[in-house]
Amino acid sequence: MYETKYHRPVSLPQAAKFAADHGDEGKYLAGGMTLIPTMKQRLAAPEALIDLRHVPGLKGIKVEGKSIVIGGGMTHSDVAMSDEIKSVCPGFADLAGLIGDPAVRHMGTVGGSVANFDPAADYPAALLALGATIRTNQREIAADDFFVGLFETALEDGEIVTKIAFEAPDACAYEKFRNPASRYAMCGVFVARRGGDVKVGVTGAGSEGAFHWSEAEQALSSNFAPEAVDGLTMPQDNMMSDIHGSSAYRANLVKVVTKRAVKKALGH
Amino acid sequence: MGVEGIGAKVLRKEDRRFITGRGRYVDDMSVPGMKYAAFVRSPYAHAKINGLDTSAAEGMPGVIGILNGQQLQGDGIGNLICGWAVSSKDGTPMKMGAWPALASQTVRHVGQAVAIVVAETQAQARDAAEAVMVDYEELPVVTKAVEALKDGAPQLHPEAPGNLIFDWELGDRAATDEAFSKAAHVTRLHIHNNRLVPNPMEPRAALGHYDPAEDHYTCWTTSQNPHVARLVMSAFYNVAPEHKLRIIAPDVGGGFGSKIYIYPEEIVCLWASKRTGVPVKWTSDRSEAFLTDAHGRDHETDVEMALDADNKILALRVETVANLGAYMSLFSSATPTYLYATLLSGQYDIPAIHANVKAVYTNTVPVDAYRGAGRPEATYVVERTMETAARELGISPAEFRRKNFIRSFPHQTPVIMAYDAGDFDATLNAGMEAADVAGFDARREEARSRGKLRGLGMSCYIEACGIAPSKAVGSLGAGVGLWESAEVRVNPVGTIEILTGSHSHGQGHETTFSQLVAERFGLPVDNVQVIHGDTDKVQFGMGTYGSRSGAVGMSAIHKALDKVEAKAKKIAAHLLEADEGDIVIENGEVKVAGTDKKLGWHEVCLGAYTGHNLPDGMEPGLKEGAFYDPTNFTFPAGCYICEVEVDPETGTTQIIQFVAADDFGRVINPMIVDGQVHGGLAQGIGQALLEGTHYDDAGQLLTASYMDYAMPRAWDLPMFKVSTHETLCPGNPLGMKGCGEAGAIGSPPAVINAITDAIGNNELTMPATPEKVWKALSAVE
Amino acid sequence: MTDVTITVNGREMKGSVENRTLLVQFLREHLGLTGTHVGCDTSQCGACVVHLDGKAVKSCTMLAVQASGSSVTTIEGIAEGQELHPVQAAFREHHGLQCGYCTPGMIMTAVDMINRHGSSLDEETVREELDGNICRCTGYHNIVKAILSAAGAAQPQAVAAE
Repeated sequence: MYETKYHRPVSLPQAAKFAADHGDEGKYLAGGMTLIPTMKQRLAAPEALIDLRHVPGLKGIKVEGKSIVIGGGMTHSDVAMSDEIKSVCPGFADLAGLIGDPAVRHMGTVGGSVANFDPAADYPAALLALGATIRTNQREIAADDFFVGLFETALEDGEIVTKIAFEAPDACAYEKFRNPASRYAMCGVFVARRGGDVKVGVTGAGSEGAFHWSEAEQALSSNFAPEAVDGLTMPQDNMMSDIHGSSAYRANLVKVVTKRAVKKALGH
Repeated sequence: MGVEGIGAKVLRKEDRRFITGRGRYVDDMSVPGMKYAAFVRSPYAHAKINGLDTSAAEGMPGVIGILNGQQLQGDGIGNLICGWAVSSKDGTPMKMGAWPALASQTVRHVGQAVAIVVAETQAQARDAAEAVMVDYEELPVVTKAVEALKDGAPQLHPEAPGNLIFDWELGDRAATDEAFSKAAHVTRLHIHNNRLVPNPMEPRAALGHYDPAEDHYTCWTTSQNPHVARLVMSAFYNVAPEHKLRIIAPDVGGGFGSKIYIYPEEIVCLWASKRTGVPVKWTSDRSEAFLTDAHGRDHETDVEMALDADNKILALRVETVANLGAYMSLFSSATPTYLYATLLSGQYDIPAIHANVKAVYTNTVPVDAYRGAGRPEATYVVERTMETAARELGISPAEFRRKNFIRSFPHQTPVIMAYDAGDFDATLNAGMEAADVAGFDARREEARSRGKLRGLGMSCYIEACGIAPSKAVGSLGAGVGLWESAEVRVNPVGTIEILTGSHSHGQGHETTFSQLVAERFGLPVDNVQVIHGDTDKVQFGMGTYGSRSGAVGMSAIHKALDKVEAKAKKIAAHLLEADEGDIVIENGEVKVAGTDKKLGWHEVCLGAYTGHNLPDGMEPGLKEGAFYDPTNFTFPAGCYICEVEVDPETGTTQIIQFVAADDFGRVINPMIVDGQVHGGLAQGIGQALLEGTHYDDAGQLLTASYMDYAMPRAWDLPMFKVSTHETLCPGNPLGMKGCGEAGAIGSPPAVINAITDAIGNNELTMPATPEKVWKALSAVE
Repeated sequence: MTDVTITVNGREMKGSVENRTLLVQFLREHLGLTGTHVGCDTSQCGACVVHLDGKAVKSCTMLAVQASGSSVTTIEGIAEGQELHPVQAAFREHHGLQCGYCTPGMIMTAVDMINRHGSSLDEETVREELDGNICRCTGYHNIVKAILSAAGAAQPQAVAAE
């Protein structure tokens, strides 16, 4: 790792100030579960790290009726263990409990993961399917507009993910097929049903990161059952292909994992 | 058996330091003035070095010295060697290319060391290593052995035209051809044995310390065999004279073969310590480990089995191409030859066998022995072929094996080995009962009702360990003898120190070896100290590998204990005025049989040291040493049965149950033996399902971290059902055969036989990843 | 260099470190607490697991400066004097270790796991929760047994029959 500066702001404005001071040479450090390993490999060399773990404005989970607002600084473990989230949106808590391993879940944060947009990250699948809003220290962005491409989001320099907000659907579930080596999602599918409207978010498989599977959304909106996906074919063109799985295999996984997510959402 | 004697489950003496964080591994060591090293490594798989510019790096903070290959050669440090000479079938010696510890002219694999940077901190050393500019001229690359043999392939070493190191054979070709001409059925298979990375959890490390005042060198290193390291570093690499070099291998965090070899880094750290005047410590990170620890396996094999009309095996013909990587590692030549082809008879009476092995250079990390070393490759060939033949013939795999089992011992195979004892029916029956093979069809039906595919696979392995009779291996080309030595020091108060050449790095020697004393004298194991891993303390030893610490290392202790017992009895007989033959030692007491005359063990020991009243002419003291050279290999064998469930939609394999029924001869501590089997099974199952390396066309290792190399996790494995069945080894005094490698040797074919049974397609290579299984299933649909 | 203050195993420790110093390096090299190990560089093997303010974290994936002001417990800090922590004792009793290198991280992960799940742990949960801890020696069989035993949870059927 290259030597770097370290700042520990205690408010959002202070954090933004530190960021501004370093231009695009500074990096926010949330849980650090991706950034620290990347720096250790000397693949990233930020001039300064701005540690967000001590910013109170990023904390808290608020559930009112079906409305859920989660602070960007909450850890995956906080989300997975939240009784409030579990009671209104168990599928989301379940997803958080499937990220990494217990030690990673104790440090990694919702905001950090969303801002990084790793193609194998779990949350993006859910945020797309849930139609979530990503709030920053500057604005609100709809999930569909937020995730732009591989490791690329709508965030501007210095912008911090402060909260994610969504309405709990009538039913939802996340199903994950792990890469046998990294244990990251080789394919993760989040399905969410609100009345007759079904959304499907897919992560891990797409070459451009998480995406909506629109065909499946249509089919499942008219029949929310695993069989509804049977007749569909996931095109291979946009699938990732590497030593762990060809695009054909990943396309198959998207279909199988979607069916299983639907089954789970139905409580089977 | 006493409560702590042979056969007792004694909790491990060494555990306390490990569970409290007080283990002492090489990277935990620190000496005054110690500095840190980082290596400059080649990013290319094959390149000419046109220049090395260290000027920028030398001025960086904390840098003490930067040393390169030319300086190393200039100081007379020798090239790395392979210690086992294997000749081609035409009689020509193997063709070994030069391997300098720091490359100065050509690099032949990604990660090869080019220079060392010594700096105040590890981070500074790495900063400066990155700033060393090497002018590389890229050369064409070949990573697959079969490709490397082709005309026009990139050439690695001028010493080895066509990249061929040797073209070796074993067995009777004419007799084998003759048998095939009479065959009623021939089973043919192409077999790929995947390349693995050993991955002990402790990465390698070395701390070199040159003391100019004494002109003495000390090296703390992660070694399975510190004395061999000292011998090789002094006799061949000229790093330091043997009497002025101390090698210490303290707690070592697993080895699995990969820490047998003497690597460039420990040589260079010692040399750099003398050159820079400071103690130099290097600790590998995992990424470096993937690029520099010797890899294992990597065979391509064509096998043919000839059968008569009665389903008896007539002959076996095997053609193997073994990838040895860019350089010949210490035992790399023996692994695919004498540790491989000699086991191709398996548990079966096969009248004729012929094996041909070509060893090949490629632009990959050197390949050497990894847990099992040659025997997993042989077992995979034999047991995949047995299962395939049984399926082709439409008979039960168990019956087919029974029909061909060897049942009379000793049995001379056509490939050198003379099996001394075994009962293959016993382990097969035990395995089948434990696995409830009779109930499998019902379980398969039940799984099918849930949309899952069940399969059952078997593997009846035999291996040769207790390595090895020195005369025999010498005649086959080994550069060293493979005996073991031990010293038993009885203190005046009666406590005992065992000094052994067998290094313990997870095997529990401190406990098991102490149990021999408990058995012999009835002393508590807490009164015994086992000392190993330091060339200044232990007279000599060949180290730990090849499941040899029990059969060879403990036999040496046993011999030394014989001598101690004999002398103690002489002293006691003298003191008690009794006949030596009437003295018995038990429960810590030395008694005259049939009388109430006795002495405490400690009284006899004190008597030995006071010397006040010893028999005339007897030397004082009670300390004995012994060297034990085995008369034959030992032959652990067993039956492994694996039951899997395949998810046809994703190709995922789940291991439902894994049964291991082993014959290890005498078991000293069943808890430790079971643990060794569990660990071996995990590595074998890892090879079958998860682990494997991928090189791209440029020779970059794509599976160079745990992000891409799939290590077995708790989630991937079941609770194992293991049992042991003892037929004693007649070749050593304790009747032991060895248990360290069996799990990794026997399990891969059982897993693949189970999956291919489940999916109804025999075309499947290791590792059987979900995608491969899914594709194999699609191919039969 | 940055000054850090970390309460380690109940004692306040101060040090001056480069910002890039990892927590595990601070523990091992500055404090001499070498029980915490490093087995990989991609945050996957778990040999480095310690507790940060009571929760299991990977000390190789955190800077020492990040931990300043926090409490850290390492493998050296869980026994009460000569009295082993129940999880340490269970690892010995069930032969849940061989070479000992992954063991400190395994034990710290197990303590954290038991803190959260208590005696409701079962084999499946233990195996899932060990996702971030790699052992190359034991095949996990005896580690699973040790953790279930320390948690006061039931052993899997296959083991009960042993």
